[in-house]
Amino acid sequence: MPKREDLHKILILGSGPIVIGQAAEFDYSGTQACKVLMEEGYEVVLVNSNPATIMTDPEVATATYVEPLLPGPVAQVIERERPDALLPTLGGQTALNLAKALSENGTLERFGVELIGADHEAIDRAEDRDRFRATMEGAGLRMPASAIARSLAEAREAAAAIGLPAIVRPAFTLGGRGGGVARTPQDYERVVARGLAASPIGQVLIDRSVIGWGEFEMEVMRDRADNVVIVCSIENLDPMGVHTGDSVCVAPQQTLTDRLYQELRDQSIAVIRAVGVETGGSNVQFAVNPASEEVLVIEMNPRVSRSSALASKATGFPIAKIAARLAVGYTLPEIRNDITRATPAAFEPTLDYCVVKWPRFAFEKFPGSDAVLTTHMKSVGEAMALGRTFGQAFAKAYRSRELDAPAAPAADPLAAAAEPGPDRWDHVLAALRTGHGIEELARATGIDPWFLRELEPIAADPDAPFRGLERSFRAVDTCAAEFPAETPYFYSGWERRAADEVRRSERPGVVILGSGPNRIGQGIEFDYCCVHAAQTVRASGRDAVMLNCNPETVSTDYDTSDRLYFEPLTLPDVLAVCAVERPEGVIVQFGGQTPLKLAAGLRDAGVPLLGTPVEAIDLAEDRGRFGRLLAELGYEAPPYATAHSPAEALACAQDVGFPLLVRPSYVLGGRAMEIVYDRDGLEDYLTRVGTGSDPERPEIFLDRFLEDSIEIDVDALCDGEEVWVGGIMQHVEEAGIHSGDSACVLPPHSLGAPMLDQVREWTRGIGRALGVVGLLNVQYAIRGGRLYVIEANPRASRTVPFVSKAIGLPLAKLATRLALGESLSALELPADPTPAHVSVKEAVLPFDRFDGADALLGPEMRSTGEVMGIAEDFPTAFLKAQAAAGAQLPDSGTVFLTVTDGDKPAAGAVAILLHGLGFRVVATGGTAASLETMGVPVERLNKLGEGSPHVVDWIEQGNVDLVINTPTGTGARSDGWQIRAAAVARGIPCITTMAGALAAARGIWQARRQESEVRSLQELHAGERAAPSAAA
Amino acid sequence: MSEAFVLLEDGARFDGEACGAAGQVTGEVVFTTSMSGYQEAVTDPSFAGQILTFTAPHVGNYGVSAAAMESDRIHARGAIMRAAMDGEDAPGAEGWLTWLADAGVPAIGGVDTRALVRHLRDRGAMRGGIFAGVGEEEAARSVAAEPSMAGADLAATVSPPAPVELAPLAEGGPGAGLSIGVIDTGVKTSIIRNLRERGARVTLLPCAHADFAAYDLVFLANGPGDPAALEYIVQNVRAVVGQKPVFGICLGHQLLCRAVGLQTYKLPFGHRGSNHPVRDLGTGHVEITSQNHGFAVLGPGGEHRIEADEPVRWETGFGAAELTHVNLYDRTVEGLVLREASAGTLQYHPEAGPGPHDSLHFFDDLLTGLA
Repeated sequence: MPKREDLHKILILGSGPIVIGQAAEFDYSGTQACKVLMEEGYEVVLVNSNPATIMTDPEVATATYVEPLLPGPVAQVIERERPDALLPTLGGQTALNLAKALSENGTLERFGVELIGADHEAIDRAEDRDRFRATMEGAGLRMPASAIARSLAEAREAAAAIGLPAIVRPAFTLGGRGGGVARTPQDYERVVARGLAASPIGQVLIDRSVIGWGEFEMEVMRDRADNVVIVCSIENLDPMGVHTGDSVCVAPQQTLTDRLYQELRDQSIAVIRAVGVETGGSNVQFAVNPASEEVLVIEMNPRVSRSSALASKATGFPIAKIAARLAVGYTLPEIRNDITRATPAAFEPTLDYCVVKWPRFAFEKFPGSDAVLTTHMKSVGEAMALGRTFGQAFAKAYRSRELDAPAAPAADPLAAAAEPGPDRWDHVLAALRTGHGIEELARATGIDPWFLRELEPIAADPDAPFRGLERSFRAVDTCAAEFPAETPYFYSGWERRAADEVRRSERPGVVILGSGPNRIGQGIEFDYCCVHAAQTVRASGRDAVMLNCNPETVSTDYDTSDRLYFEPLTLPDVLAVCAVERPEGVIVQFGGQTPLKLAAGLRDAGVPLLGTPVEAIDLAEDRGRFGRLLAELGYEAPPYATAHSPAEALACAQDVGFPLLVRPSYVLGGRAMEIVYDRDGLEDYLTRVGTGSDPERPEIFLDRFLEDSIEIDVDALCDGEEVWVGGIMQHVEEAGIHSGDSACVLPPHSLGAPMLDQVREWTRGIGRALGVVGLLNVQYAIRGGRLYVIEANPRASRTVPFVSKAIGLPLAKLATRLALGESLSALELPADPTPAHVSVKEAVLPFDRFDGADALLGPEMRSTGEVMGIAEDFPTAFLKAQAAAGAQLPDSGTVFLTVTDGDKPAAGAVAILLHGLGFRVVATGGTAASLETMGVPVERLNKLGEGSPHVVDWIEQGNVDLVINTPTGTGARSDGWQIRAAAVARGIPCITTMAGALAAARGIWQARRQESEVRSLQELHAGERAAPSAAA
Repeated sequence: MSEAFVLLEDGARFDGEACGAAGQVTGEVVFTTSMSGYQEAVTDPSFAGQILTFTAPHVGNYGVSAAAMESDRIHARGAIMRAAMDGEDAPGAEGWLTWLADAGVPAIGGVDTRALVRHLRDRGAMRGGIFAGVGEEEAARSVAAEPSMAGADLAATVSPPAPVELAPLAEGGPGAGLSIGVIDTGVKTSIIRNLRERGARVTLLPCAHADFAAYDLVFLANGPGDPAALEYIVQNVRAVVGQKPVFGICLGHQLLCRAVGLQTYKLPFGHRGSNHPVRDLGTGHVEITSQNHGFAVLGPGGEHRIEADEPVRWETGFGAAELTHVNLYDRTVEGLVLREASAGTLQYHPEAGPGPHDSLHFFDDLLTGLA
């Protein structure tokens, strides 16, 4: 069937900020979909609040709206753009839920928008637990015994029939958020209550536990002629009980007989037909009892998912791209297989290699939370590796994770392996090493003995899969070499004799090093920059060669570069690629710290680096040398010292002066960074944190912390001589909050022209002095009207995509041109790119995933992603950013305040504003007294120690709509901790800084004043173009 | 493990470690891209005379079991693997390599199977062998002594000496009351089981058998070797078409096609795997199929590729015929139906074993159509 000619304009919804369970894979899928639909001649309207995405680049869609993914703003976009259809299956659960809401509230009908890919019925059949079960039973398929509960009482009733352990899952949440495993009756009550609260429809599914069964996933595609193919099977090495996003996985499945595999295949096809996903990809999860061979359907996602991104990268079959073509009417046999270019997409990829995916965790960022894996996803990223054998892929994926520190050994590795945790597989290897038999280990862990047998040699010798063999670059070809592959997507396998399949072109190549697995502090922003680098290298007439190991990303889409190497980002692996590629140079400045750490090694191996030289990187990172450089320039910086022992740290502290910002030498995303106010605090810190992860080189950095200062972030370009300032951002939160977690605004909302001139002047001075070629990020603090340099990073910063979208100029692309040898003057940049509109970036925090962790901002970065709000003025932009970040601020109701003494004057202003807007103001003791003296009508609430009903009761009962709490104590169980935990559990916005509270109050005021407008990026940057893109 | 190597007739050599039975073996070296069903594959009589290369890197993961036999023994002459394992999972299962060794089948592991497959893909399936403990020259002489697959009648070597009658496995079903005579050129257990499970009585006949009077349906089985070498069967088929319903799979498809006047030829490296898309030219529907054949049928005009997306109709000595199915990888012929006689065939394997079940409905359609 040909494509549909009755559709002209198609709306695509993105997935919003990166959160746990919904990461960069939806930028990959959404970008593919947009590109395909544009190629097919459709107009594409895109809504996504996440600026750090390739899909929100203005050339990817016809009209791009960086707006909150909420029914209101999206309805405004629909009203303005009048799309013919909405494709909801490529933006994760967020897009699916939003499409469902827009369908149910009548918006789609009102504006005549058709849902394509999956209609409302199919979405509902897959997502509503009752209907899904009934649908499966109707198709003759089995699911674990289960019940649906809408209250604790209903759950208690169901418990007897289902038995413990039981799995509890809230309906309609991402990555099983708010779910868990209950093993005891007490557990059961707690997990059910949490699940009910987390579900937007107040519904939980309670399942018979199949913990310990094998867990398998099938990626299925269907077209409107009812042709169905299986793209990939995925087997979880961690048996049922661990969320698949937290499991180590292998593709294709390894332990099922043909008979059982075909059973899963048959059932997957039956599931997609029964649910009625008309076109596109779905993911079906199964539990398989290895002893009885019983097969149970667990769930299905009627959309592109994290697993389908993994399956696409694992097989070379681009699921999202094909799903988009199917949605507009093509059938599978009409679509060409990109890789062979000779065969159709109606086939099933066959693999002659193994693929292993490894999750990456960040429990160390959330002290107080349990480092235990459950059905509630907690990993923040993943690495994938391909090898000719399972062992090769496993070992490569293992090293691809780039952990800060190796796993701590367990006293009893067998027991530790039996308890799923972030280091489980290290304990499995240790158990094998210490003589535990395969059968014993299989019994204790439920892990299939086949995996344990394959891991036995690796336990004894981590290099076992490679011993005596030679590295050999092989193509990913979807067909096990049955047909010649045209698409240059490579991995290294080890064979007796190297036989590379790489065919270089005559053009010079430039290798771009990616940023590896997503982690807190190094996320999708860097992938965005790497993709821009690849696009620019290609545009310059060279071959872009991408090297990365993160399956979620656009950079590892084989369409992004001329050659893609799916390899770990370690020095030997990178050098091996360079040996085959013999590149003109390697670009290290876009992938965050990961490639930067390799720069010196590459230089020493004689590999040419493009852009900022290693010497400049060293100069910026060496605190002593950089301090001297600033002194020579006459730029002020806070006092600092470097100590090599706890005693020295205590001694230095007096010279530097309290309060201090302290951290060990090795830091990513501000890990283990804290502010200490006195000697006792420093001693406590040194006891808890120690002196860094490298015992050979203990180092502690101490910096004077500038209290009550304003922080500034600057992104600039430098060609070694000239410097051009792209964006100056002012943090909304005061200093002390990690820049990655602080909201920021561009242009700055409260700095005068002289200060901005000084910031520009100093940035130019630093860029020239360092000799940066490419991107430069400088962080400043302003206190008492004086400017201080905090640090300079001669690389892409986290804010590059935000600034690029705000000013309408692609900084990373421009930086790439500089790295390739052009001068700044050749780029013909405007002298001052400051836009007329205001952009606010807000961070998105994962506290709701980590029970027990304090929901408090600090110098250590905790956010997983970011959103952008754009408007005519700061309050409106701030409000949009808050709404997009998921903290939708209430427009009326009750605000609860409890703040530190120092914050009380500022709290008065906020309370007056909110009271004036009709909010009921409640506060505890001291804060209430302070507000009363300022004439704010306030109701007094009991503190925790003052008896019920106290503040936490109020929050839990849903009587509070907004919490403003600045910390007086950070320890677990402090009052503040309990208040914040209760707010996070109820999903109530909780603001922990006065600056944030003031911005929020202003935003609410602004929202009350007028409905905010939506405008596309294309319009904003075209200036005069006021009308929406014309209908065809 | 001792060193071993694969040597091909063009001199290409691939080293590995000996596993399975001791000794050496020669045959036609072919490859399958199926990711599951190693035991089903080597017990499929169609692999007689061939050494089978698995593109899936790990083979032997779950051992072998009685349920996965496609005949009573191993027919492949040898197995070439990247990572061979002797594991066993299920109770009652046996280790894969032990099983090969007990059956006297040599195998080799640790081979760069991808390099080998690329070689075969580019130059075609060819003669070769697995060797251990001998020099390359001696190995080359052994390979040269191996007869070519083209023109080989291997069906006779796997056919039963006398008819074997098998009772139905179910009382009802679309095949109830039917008696099916299978010209057993090396029939797979899955085909027989699919017929018997639908209530039919099945008699396996020696491949030269010519008297089909006792049967409601003559079924042409899969099997090894060159269909052009089986003219004696083709003549028997020609005699029975129009007299009795005649249906077939794989080699049986090639034989019926030859009987109605089409020619067969040797594919460069064959179709062996579980992922080939086949379009039903009548409905337009695409099924993912199990395939195992080294020869194929030319179109009525002698063409290798069937470019049409609707049934290709022409006149034969038996009246109008139609090509009904086409392989979407290379547009080769995958099915035939005679319009004026009850006869039809498929090149691929609707019985699966191993492979996808998309086409199992073939057996229902066939038997329902006869009842």
